[in-house]
Amino acid sequence: MEMIQGVQIDLISAERLDRLTSMEKIRLILDDVMEGNIVILEKGLAPEEQSKLIEITMREIAPDGFSGIEMETYPIKDVQGGFLSKLLGGKRSESRLTVIGPANQLKTLKKEKDLISAWVSSSR
Amino acid sequence: MTFFVRTKRKISGLLKALFRKRTFRIGIYGPPNAGKTTLANRIVRDWVGDAVGPVSEVPHETRRVRRKEDITITGQNGGSVTIDIVDTPGVTTKIDYNEFVEYGIEKEEAVKRAREATEGVAEAMHWLREDIDGVIYMLDSTQDPFQQVNIMLIGIIESRKLPVVIVANKNDLPDASAARIKSAFPQHPVISISGLEGNNVDELYEKMTTYFG
Repeated sequence: MEMIQGVQIDLISAERLDRLTSMEKIRLILDDVMEGNIVILEKGLAPEEQSKLIEITMREIAPDGFSGIEMETYPIKDVQGGFLSKLLGGKRSESRLTVIGPANQLKTLKKEKDLISAWVSSSR
Repeated sequence: MTFFVRTKRKISGLLKALFRKRTFRIGIYGPPNAGKTTLANRIVRDWVGDAVGPVSEVPHETRRVRRKEDITITGQNGGSVTIDIVDTPGVTTKIDYNEFVEYGIEKEEAVKRAREATEGVAEAMHWLREDIDGVIYMLDSTQDPFQQVNIMLIGIIESRKLPVVIVANKNDLPDASAARIKSAFPQHPVISISGLEGNNVDELYEKMTTYFG
């Protein structure tokens, strides 16, 4: 692996994420990202988990070391529910495809509500 | 008769004390340099005649959550609301002390600032989960509203079912576009102001009395 210049990308399936607790998910993501890898989640984190991810990321930041994460996802989409779900107050969709990487390696080039364009550098 | 009146008053006073909700805590949230402290200072100055904290061009000037209690805001329609204003550090997912060095701050001080800033962000998130009843979400309207931190924070605020007013700040600058912010967050009221110049803050006060009242 040392021979090849590049970046590891880990794609984590929704099934795998569903089996993990909130803290397990956050730890899995942060440990991976802190090694310089890019993580793509098939299904993003719940708002509460995102809030904790920010908090724990802050705790891990160190001078001349880890400087935080870059994360991109689409806005949560409102689901047009049927009559019954409207009656019961409607239902929001799950969070969506998410990419997370080290802040010093992953840069967002362009972001619209339906397109995310990012750039990854291999230099740490 | 007097006895009955007195008793009635006492009971109604007791009931009021029992059911009186503590003051609504309104958190001013947003990314760094959106103008949160400038707005907090303006609100406090306009209604109490005081200030919350210092402001700066250097990001993360506010690194501790600051609360100012019992501010009564009266709208033009005569409605009023009494709130605590909670000014929070700008939320981000990354902090590099070199950012401060670029502003001419010595390395040692920059590292200290960065550490305080990380603590401040964590503190702001904690307040949002535990102690905030409503949110003024500040955006610099010259910037792209689709930044991830905004998408995340608005999502977190919505999941907590907190009322939120989005403020499109810095409307005194030529590149400002409140329309861009409205299209990004059509589900919430957006008010275009200049916290610095005071443009249109009356509309914000009006909104606050109806929305947080």
